[in-house]
Amino acid sequence: MQEVESYMQMPDDRGHFGKYGGIFVSETLMAPLRELREAYDAMKDDPAFQAAFDADLAHYVGRPSPLYFAERWSEHLGGARIFLKREDLNHTGAHKINNTVGQALLARRMGKTRVIAETGAGQHGVATATVAARLGMQCVVYMGAEDIRRQALNVYRMRLLGAEVVAVESGSRTLKDALNEAMRDWVTNVDDTFYIIGTVAGPHPYPAMVRDFQAVIGREARAQILEQAGRLPDALVACVGGGSNAIGLFYPFLDDTGVAIYGVEAAGDGLDSGRHAAPLCAGRPGVLHGNRTYLMEDPDGQIIETHSISAGLDYPGVGPEHAWLKDTGRARYVAVTDEQAMAAFHELTRIEGIMPALESSHALAWAMQLAPTMDRDAILIVNLSGRGDKDIHTVAALDGIEV
Amino acid sequence: MSRIAQTFERLAGEQRKALVAYITAGDPHPSETLPMMHAMVRAGADIIELGVPFSDPMADGPVIQAASERALEHHVSLHDVIDMVREFRLRDEHTPVVLMGYLNPVEAMGYEPFAREAAAAGVDGVLTVDLPPDEGDEFIPLMREAGLDCIFLLAPTSTDERIEKVCASGSGFVYYVSLKGVTGAANLDVDSVAGKLAAIRRHTDMPIGVGFGIKDADSAGRVARVADAVVVGSAIVRLIEQYRDAPQEARLQVEGLLASMRKAMDTQTMTD
Repeated sequence: MQEVESYMQMPDDRGHFGKYGGIFVSETLMAPLRELREAYDAMKDDPAFQAAFDADLAHYVGRPSPLYFAERWSEHLGGARIFLKREDLNHTGAHKINNTVGQALLARRMGKTRVIAETGAGQHGVATATVAARLGMQCVVYMGAEDIRRQALNVYRMRLLGAEVVAVESGSRTLKDALNEAMRDWVTNVDDTFYIIGTVAGPHPYPAMVRDFQAVIGREARAQILEQAGRLPDALVACVGGGSNAIGLFYPFLDDTGVAIYGVEAAGDGLDSGRHAAPLCAGRPGVLHGNRTYLMEDPDGQIIETHSISAGLDYPGVGPEHAWLKDTGRARYVAVTDEQAMAAFHELTRIEGIMPALESSHALAWAMQLAPTMDRDAILIVNLSGRGDKDIHTVAALDGIEV
Repeated sequence: MSRIAQTFERLAGEQRKALVAYITAGDPHPSETLPMMHAMVRAGADIIELGVPFSDPMADGPVIQAASERALEHHVSLHDVIDMVREFRLRDEHTPVVLMGYLNPVEAMGYEPFAREAAAAGVDGVLTVDLPPDEGDEFIPLMREAGLDCIFLLAPTSTDERIEKVCASGSGFVYYVSLKGVTGAANLDVDSVAGKLAAIRRHTDMPIGVGFGIKDADSAGRVARVADAVVVGSAIVRLIEQYRDAPQEARLQVEGLLASMRKAMDTQTMTD
């Protein structure tokens, strides 16, 4: 572990988290990214903007989300006391809306009339279409053709909200290709269009900006646990695809170095199988989608297809801040398989009456392993990043049931 | 003097503009790349831009994306592309070759081994679309030391400040992207291009190439009036795709396109 004075000073003014992050885009986007940086920097220090953001989080998203003590599940596991940060109770059912509310407010301030987004499972697409509807902005969502097939319900939901959903037929026809296509749209329509990226990836300032919008999760959780338990937790657990719900929970705790931090990646069929989505556990650093970070790639530097039962974790990269936190040792990154995540899904549903998203089920699966190794008075906070309704078809199909 | 500089100097002496022809290496099959390179030179190409296939070509339109996918079906790697240039040099010592692509395959190979091997094979320049000079602190000096030109892009959105930075960082030539968009996009507006080129010329003596949206003899001719080099890519790749099962016909078609562009460019500049 290297010596770091504060973990909350990143990125530097060029968007670097140590050797990660940065701005790796074609020239056409350099000016619009600068415009975005300047707008975002101005907004950060503007009390009026922050007040508008906070008001939307309170009255539209429904914050603060509860920090719920899962007493029966903790008893069942026989170790640490587990608290769930209930992002599943937000409007649209996941943490994604925190970020889209923030970026859409910024877009409107910048005078943009059109927003675009990429989406994998459709949660970020729905969250973007939702805020676009509310602000009366034109909205185009790019989604891999393969994901459109797998997530018909969310596609319909976005269309009901007035968004145009564009099927992306290139590459592996999944999230990474949707991101490529959204970048292509942005480069073509930079004058009137704001690109709402859904996770802490992309070129600077996106990783920092999305983190700042999501950090409300950790700020609330920190205050709530101090109030409910009278002290800081011993460990935090969150799932990591691109990593926005995880960084949102982790960031306000980064300098509380007594708090252990675990990011949980998707091991799919197992890290040894090659069929997974765990760049931090099994990838290596490279450059994709505007930043340097850990990637799933072949020896020639081509990005390889990922696999996870959870579409939201099915991404070959990860936010650059996570890459940096891994290298510094401040956070530890682990992976759980599809099977372990499914087991956690069923367990939480049956024991607590809470049906988690398959993404969040990865965090829960790690908590199932971790909690029993901890003392009974230890405290564990798990980010329950989304609700599982969207995954019912996947779960049912595994049980051989058609719904 | 580098091959690229020599080429521009010779053309300037002849009062002609450079025709830069792009193909994706390995499209539609690795065995077709060398014959196509030689055919393009025969038809009047002065510089070859050889695309390195990448799984996620974010700055490219559908035509070149598909070319990358066809090449990757044959697992064409950066090493393979460098080997193709080495073989090209056995029969052509003069035509500059620029590798164009994305940063990650170069990262995977390592900057130093890449610079060494590419230079040794006879590569003259490198254009990495997603590496702006701002992130090139390590990359640029390594390429320079190996004798490779770093070619950077400028765009309609580039401010004076950026033009200055990009021109100070690059060598060989500057590549002006004629429109906001991806490769193979719609028509370009030559008047607005001319205005931007004048702004760029205030910052550099380097030759300026213009690409994106040049699809036929007419657009090539018009751009040749204002630029030092005309870059054509998607129009060629479209023909390669169309005739992918008939390589000989593909070469004839590409030669025909380039010859018509060559003629329009030479006529256009002569009559100025």
